[in-house]
Amino acid sequence: MSLDQTPGGIGTDDLVLNDRVKTPMYEDPALFNEEMEKIFGKVWVWVGHTSEVPDKGSFKLSHVGLQPVIISRDRKGEIHVLVNRCRHRAATVCEIKKGKTSSFQCPYHGWGYALNGELRAIPYTKGYNTDFDKKEFGLKQLKVGIFEGMIFASYNMDVEPLEDFLGNAKPWIKLFMKQGGGYPVKTLGEHQFKVPMNWKIQLENTTDAYHFPIVHKSFLQSLDGEATETFSFMDDDDGYVEDLGNGHSVMVMMPEFIDLDNDDGAPIPERFAELAEDLRKDYDEAQVRRLVRAVGGCGFNLNLFPNAACSLSFFRILRPVSVHETEIRHIAIGMDGGPAAANQMRMRIHEHFQGPMGFGSPDDAEVWERVQRGSAGGGEDIDVMVNRGLGLEKASDNGLPVGDISAETGMRSAYKMWKKVMEQ
Amino acid sequence: MKDFPAQTDVNLAAITEFLWMEADLLDAKEYDQWLQLWTGSGHYVIPVDKQGDDFANTLNIAYDNALMRDMRVKRLQGGFSISAAPPAESVRTVSRIVIDSVEGSLITVRAAQHVTEDKFGRQRSFAMNVTWKLEQTEEGLKIHDKIIRLLNSDGMLTSISYLF
Repeated sequence: MSLDQTPGGIGTDDLVLNDRVKTPMYEDPALFNEEMEKIFGKVWVWVGHTSEVPDKGSFKLSHVGLQPVIISRDRKGEIHVLVNRCRHRAATVCEIKKGKTSSFQCPYHGWGYALNGELRAIPYTKGYNTDFDKKEFGLKQLKVGIFEGMIFASYNMDVEPLEDFLGNAKPWIKLFMKQGGGYPVKTLGEHQFKVPMNWKIQLENTTDAYHFPIVHKSFLQSLDGEATETFSFMDDDDGYVEDLGNGHSVMVMMPEFIDLDNDDGAPIPERFAELAEDLRKDYDEAQVRRLVRAVGGCGFNLNLFPNAACSLSFFRILRPVSVHETEIRHIAIGMDGGPAAANQMRMRIHEHFQGPMGFGSPDDAEVWERVQRGSAGGGEDIDVMVNRGLGLEKASDNGLPVGDISAETGMRSAYKMWKKVMEQ
Repeated sequence: MKDFPAQTDVNLAAITEFLWMEADLLDAKEYDQWLQLWTGSGHYVIPVDKQGDDFANTLNIAYDNALMRDMRVKRLQGGFSISAAPPAESVRTVSRIVIDSVEGSLITVRAAQHVTEDKFGRQRSFAMNVTWKLEQTEEGLKIHDKIIRLLNSDGMLTSISYLF
């Protein structure tokens, strides 16, 4: 099926306009299937972080689109992304979420696979003809790309190099990783929840500062005065949203926390005073300040098309399940080998906002569900508007649009890429 | 601390009555009264990892000291949280109550809890093992710690707009 026209008869040109998208974008199951094939079946998709598979023999389950995959680190230390499906009769070969192993064995007929996916052993070989070649039946491999510890995979072996795809997002990823405070960044656990909504509603939200003071009022009310000031970006005039190309964008909410190594000399906020005092036992003042700034996290959300975000101080990963269902992971990150007190504070900050019972995420989940409920049965007469900031944007050094903090520039960037990929 | 009578005086019926009273308060969302049930120094914990108990050094779904419990209740009652205004309605049962240990005035109790919530005309169910560390005080039983281990705590959950 080609997407010049969807089964409903609407072409991509009609579904995505610069200032709006059509309601079937959230609603059409046939369109969803096309997205799985043309987007999640082809482009680079975030699957995990290297710290989740730290040693030779480490593995972790993940997904690329609808398919279950295994991220594994083989005996040489090389990382593989393998479709979690026996090449014989399709059973998953692993149902343990993460761990260490020397091989994967299918429970159905006992086919055994090495960590690099090669088929090593099958029971009762004499039932196969002599021309049966085990080399042809390794676990299906995806192309793997790693940037700054983030593991991406693609079904398309001829996909453009990962670094080209990330493009202008690369310097922002490097800035994001400064949250290690001089230590390598490591995942500290994750919150997972599903929401009855189309995946693009979440994709939009990571670049949506406009909703923050409305949806997250109860979170803001739970902060002290200084922290409230940090989150006052809708009333400040120095934040912005920049289209980075290829569907990626960055929303800078707190410009003073773009580069965490750039110590502005501001006093340590009251909420970090106890942590700073604790760190002073083992670190000099410059290092204490660096660690405290790292614990506070970055001042921007980097949205990476189609499924990942480096959001303030965590990874936000989305997984489309069906046209009406999306799974969200909020992965906490910290300092590998860093001070326990610093990692504890990072986890407490994460728990405060994120996850199924955080002070922020449940309200996000509620409004996303409301978008899906409001879109139900929607046809072509009412559109979803993404026009905020149009006509007010400037051009970045890259020649791409930059809008003010609440502009829907990032959404327009993602939809431009959506259209480009769907038309290929 | 006053010396309280040990095991022989710990009464399953009295503990059950206390846990059901707590469950009733939570289903009715009488959170101010619920806050009064606590001793003050313990935690309300919903871990991600069902096995571990080093909650301070792991990521939890909730890890609330007294201050966070107060703030959580304010958030749920304040009327500014769209997920909690209105919240899902809930009905819960607490059963299979077992007294694990009694050490001085501290009683460790565990039980099964099922909660069904209703919002937007859809229902969701949660099953969990709950452990309470209860303290016998002059004012009666109080909650020191409450640890809620959801059956799918490390799986795909849905957002929760009330307290377990």
